[in-house]
This record gives sequence, C-alpha cells and structure tokens, in this order.
Amino acid sequence: MQTKRTIFPNKLLPYLLLTPQLAITIIFFLWPAGQALKSSFEREDPFGFKTTFVWFHNYARLFSDPEYLNSVWRTAIFAVSVTAISMSVSLLLAVAVNRLLRSGKFYTTLLVWPYAVAPVVAGILWWFMFNPTIGILPYLLDQFGINWNHRINGSQAMILVVIAAAWKQISYNFLFFVAGLQSVPQSLTEAAAIDGAGPFKRFWTIVFPLLSPTTFFLMIVNINYAMFDTFGTIDATTQGGPAGATNTLVYKVYADGFLGLNIGSSSAQSVMLMLIVIALTVIQFRWVERRVQY
Amino acid sequence: MVENRPFLTFLTHMVLIVGVVVVVFPVYLAFIASTHGSGDFLSGVPPLLPGPHLIDNYYKMLTTGLSSAGAPPVWMMMMNSLVMALTIAVGKIAISIISAYAIVYFKFPFRLLAFWAIFLTLMLPVEVRIIPTFKVVADLGMLNSYAGLAIPLIASATATFLFRQFFLTVPDELMEAARVDGAGPIKFFRDILLPLSRTNIAALFVILFIYGWVQYLWPLLVTTDPKYYTIVMGIKRLAAVADSDPLWNLVMAAVILAMLPPVLVVIFMQRLFVKGLVETEK
Repeated sequence: MQTKRTIFPNKLLPYLLLTPQLAITIIFFLWPAGQALKSSFEREDPFGFKTTFVWFHNYARLFSDPEYLNSVWRTAIFAVSVTAISMSVSLLLAVAVNRLLRSGKFYTTLLVWPYAVAPVVAGILWWFMFNPTIGILPYLLDQFGINWNHRINGSQAMILVVIAAAWKQISYNFLFFVAGLQSVPQSLTEAAAIDGAGPFKRFWTIVFPLLSPTTFFLMIVNINYAMFDTFGTIDATTQGGPAGATNTLVYKVYADGFLGLNIGSSSAQSVMLMLIVIALTVIQFRWVERRVQY
Repeated sequence: MVENRPFLTFLTHMVLIVGVVVVVFPVYLAFIASTHGSGDFLSGVPPLLPGPHLIDNYYKMLTTGLSSAGAPPVWMMMMNSLVMALTIAVGKIAISIISAYAIVYFKFPFRLLAFWAIFLTLMLPVEVRIIPTFKVVADLGMLNSYAGLAIPLIASATATFLFRQFFLTVPDELMEAARVDGAGPIKFFRDILLPLSRTNIAALFVILFIYGWVQYLWPLLVTTDPKYYTIVMGIKRLAAVADSDPLWNLVMAAVILAMLPPVLVVIFMQRLFVKGLVETEK
C-alpha cells in the first residue's frame, strides 16, 4: 500500500497515533461482531446459566421460519421500491436542473435539505400526512372512494414506509446525479444535436449510458440505505406491522433480540445481515476500481 | 443548453416546481400544524393555513415539554443532541486524521492489518450487531452517559480514507523541506498538514454533524434515563402519545425543532456540505 517517498523514522509514534481508532474499532466493532458470530452457533437455556454449541441449528431454524422468510421478502420489496422510486424522481429532477443556467442553483437549495432530516422524522412527517383520522392524504383519497388505513392494511402500510423512506433519499440521489450529469461532455450532446437528435433521444442514447457508473453506485448505496438506515422510519410509523407487513430484516433483529430477548436467533439474523453488508461493500468498492479506469 | 426550446424549458420548470412542492409539502404541513391549538384537529380536515398559536406551542415544548409522554423539555433533548453530534463529529475527525497520518507518513509492521481493521468497520453498522454492542457498553458502565452515546460511534473508516486520500496528494517536497529544516513529525503535522486539511475538515464536519444528529437506534438502546434522551429519539415517544391524545400541534412543534439545526447547516453551508458528501463517498 502507498506511502510517501520519504517517511518519518519514528517506531513508536505511528502506533500511538492509531491507538484511539483501533481501540474503538476493536472494543465496539470487532469484538461485538465476533460475539454475534459466536452466539449464532450457541443455544442458551431459558435462565441463561448454560450455553451449548449447536452448530448450524439457529440458522436451520431461521430458514425454516416462515416469519423470517416473509421478512426477507418484505425487505426485498421495500428496498427495490425505495431505490426505484427515489432514483427515478431524483434523475428527473437532476436532468431538469441541469438544463437550467441560473435558476438551477435556487432549485438545488430547495431540493437538498431533506438529507439532514432524520429517517425517524421523515417517518413521522408522512405518518402525520397519512394519519387515518386527521391526515390530509386519507381525506383526499376518500374523495376517490379509497379507504386508507395503514394500521390494518398491510399493502398500505408498505406504501407509507416506502414513500417516507424514498422522500428522504431524493436529495442524496439528486446531488450525485447532478454531479454525474455535469461530467458528461457537452461536445457529445452538441454533436448529436447537429446530427438532428432531439432532446429525448440525446438523453437516452448519450447521457443515460454515460451516467451508468453513477446510477450503479447509487443503486448500491440506496439498497444499503433502505435495508439498514430506515429502522427509524419503520419504528416511528408501523413498527413492522400490521401482521409483519413491514417487518424488514433490521427491524426484526431489533424486535427479536432487544425486545424479545431471543439471543440465538437474533445473532444468526445479525450474521446474515453482516453477509449482506459485506457483499454490498465489496460490490461498491469493485465499482470504484472500475471507475478509476473508466 | 444545446438549443432553445421554449416548451421544454417550460416543462423543466414545471417538473422542478412539482418536485419542490413534493419535497417541501410534508414539512409545510407539519409547520402549519405546529401553529394551531389542539382543538383544531378534531374536525377531521387538517388545517392548511397558519394558526395563532405559534409562540405558545413552541414555548411550551421548549420549556416544559409533554409530561404525559415521559419526555423532558425539548431544549434539554436538543442540548443532548448537540453534545452528541459535536462529540461524534469532532471525535471522528480527530481520531481519523491521526490514523491516516500514521498510515501515510510512517512505515511499521502491521500497517496493512491496521488499515484493514479500520476498513472492516464499514461493514459492521450498529444495526447488525445490536445486542453484543449493547452488552459491551453495559459492561463498561456507559449506559445513560454522553460517553456511551458518542464514543462507540466515533470509529470512522470513511473519514480515515478521505484524509489518507488527501495526504497522498500533498506534495512530498513539503515534508522533505520540513525535515531538512529540522521539523519532527508532530511539528510537521501541526504546522503544515493540519492547516492544509482545513477545507476537508470543515466539509467532513458538516456531514458528520448531521450524521451524529440524526442517530436514532443507538440512543434508543443506550439511554433509559430521560436526562440523556436526544431529540430525534424523544420525538418517537411524543408521537406515540399523539396517536391517543390529539396533541398534534405540540408534537409537530417538536418535529420542526428536531430537524431545524441540521437543515440550517445544510442550507447555509451548502458548498461545504456538497463537497463533504461527494468526497466521503469516493
């Protein structure tokens, strides 16, 4: 790995400089992760006196548990919907801002601030708008004959959390799409325009393909966001309900382990989640390497 | 712009106006709700125009809060959030900049191992190790303390990478010249590297302050004493009460207060914010 051409000769100093970071990493990251891995292979008796090594028993139970499989399925629907909605809206807005010269900055300021809204607050804002008794959206939907009650209707609960989570993520995707669009060479679009390609054709045949590294990167980041950072959104709105309709994997780990105190199963779930994050991170870093060559 | 198409320009503005409305409307509605009396929510149609109770509601939430929700006054929770966000931002920057310095400017055994250990933290968000991390913090006696709120979150792979990347672009000649002039590693770091990193530190600070402020799951796990509630987690408790009691005006006042500090940071430091956001993801 790269260092400077000349380096400082000190022997002890670099270790001292690394100590705080490594201490925190080991105590609060690596050690707990190891513990989760260890207890995912163990079963604790109900009184916590004795633990027995049970090999893959917890995992086998997990994958035969219909509730867990349901949660995997719900998480997939949730992550794909949030990513698709949030990214397509942001791309549309970014393309629009990119067409403007002066007013673009003004719109940008109005569009970026939701980045700073906590996921739980985003959840509460939309929960208020969708509140079956006093919310404005159920009131409007009622005019069209749609009866909105996300407390009993699972699909409506899912729609609520998807919208709240996607809304918060628009600003992030928007900023990256704007940055991506600005790096598309103007000369290419001009050449296409001279050849008679209209704005829509230019977008789909030139701009969109050149944007694909950004799109791919955002896809990974958004899936990561939808899976791990939306705990607050769900906890504030549906709490995984009704009947597990919005019980994502992260919410289930929390509910089973912290509220339900089922350590073995919860650890096995944690380990499954770690594998997902590791896969996503590896894909993301692979992509960074490719972009350097690009 | 490649060519002038008035209709397309009109369409562009329409798209953006609709986009801005969608983005702003939920917050507008929450703000409007926070300016009304609690009786205004009984009719079934939420108010769309400001009411006269703006100052009453905010004053009540800031100073006394909602005692029925078991949550302290909002100003106290906001102070806790501020302490937590500042500690996390400053802590992450401080420990990351010195570890990046060690990795770039020194050669020592286990350098690569240290780098990969830091890298691993990227793959272990709190959400995947809830119970064991909670246990560690409990065993260390850090529940219900500012240290427990902030310290477990201040390891940072992204910040370390950012500084490492930046240090690699600093010309080698600067360090050679400093060494010729007799400056040791500490002096070089303090007098040359730190001033050069100023913009990076500022951009990172903006991002990390927001990161610290919006934390939800962690404060939920490690605080049971209302004295240490942060505003972002306290809000959930308030909202749970609002569902049974129609105190929407007060809850929404707290919601607005909870998002105000980080949103103002984004709006007023937009350039640093964008720089920090784009660079930490590289």
